[in-house]
Amino acid sequence: MPPLRLLTVIVGVFALTVTLFAKTSYAAVFNPESFTLKNGMQVVVIPNRRAPVVSHMVWYKTGAADEPRGKSGIAHFFEHLMFKGTKSVPPGEFSKTIARHGGRDNAFTTQDYTAYFQIVARDKLELVMRLEADRMRNLVLTDKEVLPERDVVLEERRSRTDNNPGSQLWEASRAALFLNHPYKNPVIGWKHEIEQLTTKDALDFYRQFYVPNNAILIVAGDVDAKELKPLAEKYYGVIPGGRKIVRHRVAEPPHLAGRRVEMASRRVGQPSISLNYLAPSYATAEGNRAYALQVLAEIFGGSSTAELYRSLVVEQGIASSAGAWFSPDALDYGTFGVSASPRPGIPIEKVEDALRGSVKKLLKDGVSEKELKRAVKSMVASAVYARDSLRAAPNIIGRALSTGRTIEDVENWPDRIKAVTVDQVNAAARAVLRSESSVTAILRKKQKAGTK
Amino acid sequence: MRKLSPKLVSGILMLPLIGLFGLGIMPSQAIEIKEVRSPGGIKAWLVQDKSVPVISMNFAFKTGGTAFDPTGKEGLARMVAAMLDEGAGDLKSQQFQTQLQDTAARLRFTASTDKFRGSFRTLKANMDEAFRLLGLALNKPRFDDKPVGRIRGQIIASLQRSAQDPDSIGMKAWYKAVFPGHPYGRPGDGTIRSVKTLVAKDLKGFMQRHVVRNSLIVAVAGDISPTELGQRLDQVFGTLPASGRAGEVAEITPTAVGKVFVIDRKIPQSTVMFGHSGIKRDHPDWYIASVINRILGGGGFSSRLMEEVREKRGLAYGVYSYLNPYDHAALYMGGVATANSRVAESLKVIRAEWKKMADHGVTAKELAGAKTYINGSFPLRLDSTRRIASLLLAVQINNLGKDYLDKRSSLINAVTLADIKRVAKKLLRPKALTVVIVGQPKGIKPTP
Repeated sequence: MPPLRLLTVIVGVFALTVTLFAKTSYAAVFNPESFTLKNGMQVVVIPNRRAPVVSHMVWYKTGAADEPRGKSGIAHFFEHLMFKGTKSVPPGEFSKTIARHGGRDNAFTTQDYTAYFQIVARDKLELVMRLEADRMRNLVLTDKEVLPERDVVLEERRSRTDNNPGSQLWEASRAALFLNHPYKNPVIGWKHEIEQLTTKDALDFYRQFYVPNNAILIVAGDVDAKELKPLAEKYYGVIPGGRKIVRHRVAEPPHLAGRRVEMASRRVGQPSISLNYLAPSYATAEGNRAYALQVLAEIFGGSSTAELYRSLVVEQGIASSAGAWFSPDALDYGTFGVSASPRPGIPIEKVEDALRGSVKKLLKDGVSEKELKRAVKSMVASAVYARDSLRAAPNIIGRALSTGRTIEDVENWPDRIKAVTVDQVNAAARAVLRSESSVTAILRKKQKAGTK
Repeated sequence: MRKLSPKLVSGILMLPLIGLFGLGIMPSQAIEIKEVRSPGGIKAWLVQDKSVPVISMNFAFKTGGTAFDPTGKEGLARMVAAMLDEGAGDLKSQQFQTQLQDTAARLRFTASTDKFRGSFRTLKANMDEAFRLLGLALNKPRFDDKPVGRIRGQIIASLQRSAQDPDSIGMKAWYKAVFPGHPYGRPGDGTIRSVKTLVAKDLKGFMQRHVVRNSLIVAVAGDISPTELGQRLDQVFGTLPASGRAGEVAEITPTAVGKVFVIDRKIPQSTVMFGHSGIKRDHPDWYIASVINRILGGGGFSSRLMEEVREKRGLAYGVYSYLNPYDHAALYMGGVATANSRVAESLKVIRAEWKKMADHGVTAKELAGAKTYINGSFPLRLDSTRRIASLLLAVQINNLGKDYLDKRSSLINAVTLADIKRVAKKLLRPKALTVVIVGQPKGIKPTP
């Protein structure tokens, strides 16, 4: 699998099984250069001279969790609207211009950030900088463009969520996991709220958040800071800074009761179960706990030699898949999860018991020094592979910088993973794998209409 | 994400890279292809690149795809693909997996309709061990009963899942309708019934028939010298059987021309797939057809379908078309997903665009834009050793020649408005489209 899982990161509505073996970070020593423009816009350059190509990205430190109450989906909807034209670029022309110059472009939105990117030949870098800077301040929106695009987003929601029971259950489990924090809302938004979003909502959102002091420019490829700086100043540096943006995020109260969400549908082909635990993120974890949790996820369920797969799939033979994941790239909370799907003919209850048994055993016995060493070795190797691609570095660094971390954090990732001890992994497991701060999500196959 | 790439149902079709994107200007100063011949006579194309201590190798067995699965044994090629890292030589499944993981090597086998493929990556520092494990996997797979049973169970579980997935349901039905009684009309993943019959003996038979030297193609990129590679090629591939009896797949032309099928599923959004006969990769008009497709529906936001269906009318999140050439058939296909109430309108718009381009061709501006995209976007694909190896493999599979990378852009630049008009008229036949709709579309009359 490619190191970047853009689609899975984006809206978080993916089927649970997709994440079974997903690794959560691929940072490495990318040797980036960084500086800040006078208006507060941070710039990061990651030279990579393999091909005469650059990847140009602008990240806004604003995502779905920054939306006003009742306007769920506006961050993602607005991302679509950024392609609807400016005072000098007609609607739809942005992407067409990039394509005419041999480039590719797109954008994505998550809970904590929204990013726009173009991949172009090196000699087209200035062109895309001009276009991207233009839409940071000169966007023009009218109902004529906005309303059909809202229909497009509703179709997107149907494709991603409404047509897919696994995604619907995932949405319900996120809503149950967070009692108070806006991570409980899906990035794409709730249907009834998307339907009510207006041009005015979009413009308000734009004026509030799309300012250079809330943005990060990241350019990777055949360029260095010395070449980029004058261009960054020329196109982005002239945009006036807005007022300081403070991210007001509410906190979760103590979790005292575990929750359970279940869904049964005739459209389910294969049942599944997941246990989702509230966890700290890179940004909020104390000490190196987030790194310990990453190692834990790898040891417990990151591969086909990990405990969960070995126990449930190979030895007991009751599951067709089993794994664990940890998502630490968040400004506020991470999620630690374990999941499994029964082998055909095996009741889901049996798999649930086994899954809980494995968690219990993990908490009782802990992980071993040998397991730790193997997991760390494999994780550190993934950082070398990440350097092989032009796209990994700017994505990893952008994600870090827009979720409260630093370039140094990214650069030191392999060392921090190597520094994790057995005691830290076991302490992290005990702190996070608590049933009262978890949601059990069960997807069932409904056999015939009316039977359940 | 603002747009959806064409939804490819991996179990059913696999698009050759070149077919979808086309190649363009080759930055020849950046890429030098070496033809390596091992001491034992195995050939490979190599791009030596020392910028990161990583080696990527992609290889294919030309006649080993799902189309060769024996009748009643559908799903065999994909099961072999899933079994090759489940134990080899003296190493049982978990031992093999453990060693592979400790080596940090990445190994994956897949079966497309026509070919059996492998992709392999290793860190330079671990390459001896990694190549050794790859050699074991290909030469001495164990196919022990326990892992065979486990993988069979996983495949059946995934067949149950895809039996409820609208895209998979639609694609299976489409191919079944268009290629009845032909291997291309069967599901590449097999059926629950056929997969249940697959045992170690079948897997071994597959290896003897298909995983053989005379159908092998190898492409490598990364931090390895020709001499180092030569030795490993012999180690990995040198002791495979020289040849095998792969069997034949007959040429076939799509049927069910112009028919519309509705598969009733209670979902709010219909998934629609459509297509008719296309153009083979080695056809002299291939490049012209590539440009046509780029403009009609293969160009993301620049395409006419996207403009008319999504941008102007907000009918869908994604709409697309693609050339889909096989070794023994050629298709031109597309898809859209839209609310049940808007399927009829979407299809009407799509058919109208099909006809408009067939009747009038494209504008000079569209042609120029498509050319600059197809040629200019090419180097974007060379950003990792894995993608370079994948490209080298595609060029060899399609017999495009070592100089192809240099001549590609002139082939695209040679396409004229008149060429497009001539080929579009032949290629695009709106009334011939076979349409499969999964959902509860309103106002659609299925063909009786």
